[in-house]
Amino acid sequence: MTLATRGLALTVPGRTLVKELELSLTPGECWALLGRNGAGKSSLLLALAGLARPASGAVLLDERPLDGQSRREVARRIGILLQHDAEEFWGSVLDFVLLGRLPHGTGLLGADPEGIARARAAIDAVDLLDHADQPYRTLSGGERQRARIAQLLVQSPDYLLLDEPLSHLDLKHQLELMQLLSGLARAGRTVLMALHEPLWAARFCDTALLMYDSGACRHGAVHDVLNQDNLETLYHCRLEAVADSGAPLYFPVPS
Amino acid sequence: MPIVAALAIAGPLSIGVALAFGSVSLPFTEWLHALAGQGSDTAREIVWGLRAPRALAGFAVGALLALAGALLQVLLRNPLADPYILGVSGGAAVGALAAMLAGLAGAMIHACAFAGACIAATALFAFSMRFTGWNIHRVLLAGGGIAAGAGAAVSLILTLAPAGQVHGMLFWLMGDLSGAENPLAGWIALAVVLAVALGLARQLDGLALGPLKAQSLGIAVGRSQALAFLAATGATVAAVMLAGSVGFVGLVVPHLLRLAGFTGHRMLLPLAALAGGTLVVVADTLARAIAAPLEFPVGALTALIGVPVLLFLLARLR
Repeated sequence: MTLATRGLALTVPGRTLVKELELSLTPGECWALLGRNGAGKSSLLLALAGLARPASGAVLLDERPLDGQSRREVARRIGILLQHDAEEFWGSVLDFVLLGRLPHGTGLLGADPEGIARARAAIDAVDLLDHADQPYRTLSGGERQRARIAQLLVQSPDYLLLDEPLSHLDLKHQLELMQLLSGLARAGRTVLMALHEPLWAARFCDTALLMYDSGACRHGAVHDVLNQDNLETLYHCRLEAVADSGAPLYFPVPS
Repeated sequence: MPIVAALAIAGPLSIGVALAFGSVSLPFTEWLHALAGQGSDTAREIVWGLRAPRALAGFAVGALLALAGALLQVLLRNPLADPYILGVSGGAAVGALAAMLAGLAGAMIHACAFAGACIAATALFAFSMRFTGWNIHRVLLAGGGIAAGAGAAVSLILTLAPAGQVHGMLFWLMGDLSGAENPLAGWIALAVVLAVALGLARQLDGLALGPLKAQSLGIAVGRSQALAFLAATGATVAAVMLAGSVGFVGLVVPHLLRLAGFTGHRMLLPLAALAGGTLVVVADTLARAIAAPLEFPVGALTALIGVPVLLFLLARLR
């Protein structure tokens, strides 16, 4: 089981985001995707989910091009947390999370009992159980983000692609989410998440993919790739390394 | 569930009330006899020849408009979307009013309204699908442009029309069921639209999250949107053909049900049809009965009934 790219190129008008990317995501891996704003992280995640057409090259799911596979079958295997979603949803948090079951089909008159049980478990996993029956629109930004993650968990894909999963979350929930996602990877799922904080990548991921403004990418084990030189080149700013019991922490230094 | 039960009772009850009340007051026993197909020819003609077709047509019109509104509000992700936002009814209005101005009557007005609606719908689909498949902003802009153009044409026709014709034209524009003698076409359209819409219920639930998220959940977004647009357009054309532009129903009935907690489309769509149909039948009964023999346009009554209900629910919204 792999989700792979072959010679993948992604462009936006006037700019190449990704050139000739060769990538292979396998079960049990937890990847961090790092890069400056506009480097193409979201575009790459969309392409990997089959939601954006590459300029050239291909995305392969189990060696078969994503393009030719049924949308529903792909949705059972690959799930994505988008950076932005619908702001207005009229139903409850439970209704919202249950939409994650769409690729798996539901009964004619509504969700199946198994789907509801799974949804409640996912809502519990993101610490929202007290809000399960509350209207979704009454949630705060961070609570909405957790509900969106619960929806992805209910979708139960083999590959979880997450675009800035930590946005809007407080520190406690950032930590809990990273533990949850790395736990899913250890249990055999594949996780790839766009992050802005190398610290979380160093602590919880095993592989990092760095996307440079030039369209070049570099990937490898986090302890090899996430060093001061690479990160300074990646973010175009000077960093100061602070020794820590684990990986060093990097802080931007005013120029 | 109490709301579902109340609507299930209110729908048939509204038709019963529509058969009982009108500009001519029938004694209760005479009305009961007429209902059973007995009694005087006049009473039977009033109940079965005049009131029943009108009530059934009104129900179909309301149900079609509510369904079209529910579909368009999801597709356009715009709570202000109603069946008239795409300009299709504007095209029908231009056709109908032009026919009246030319001195045509009866079926010819319907035919011209249908032709106008078809021209507007063709223009809408041609402009909004021209380059990159479905694009909601293109659909809204094209629909807004067509509606504005049709509005201008309607104003010109009203200006040119002799005073004697203007009254009939205004009734058509405000929605009027007095010419709805044959409800069968409306009910056939309702059955088709409801079947298509219910078949799309799961997809519509997903589309409420936006097209990209819907696609990531396995929904064939382009096909679902196209089918839902066709169903909404067909529903609007069928409703406008029967009763002109009855306002408010398509905009507000779906919102009333959402405010009442029905958000999944499996429940929302049939309940919208039921509530929309009931609202128009009740409004038309009032339009016929409250100042008989004077009749009000049903569109004015649907708004007068629905606005306070909407405002009440909004005030209670958390």
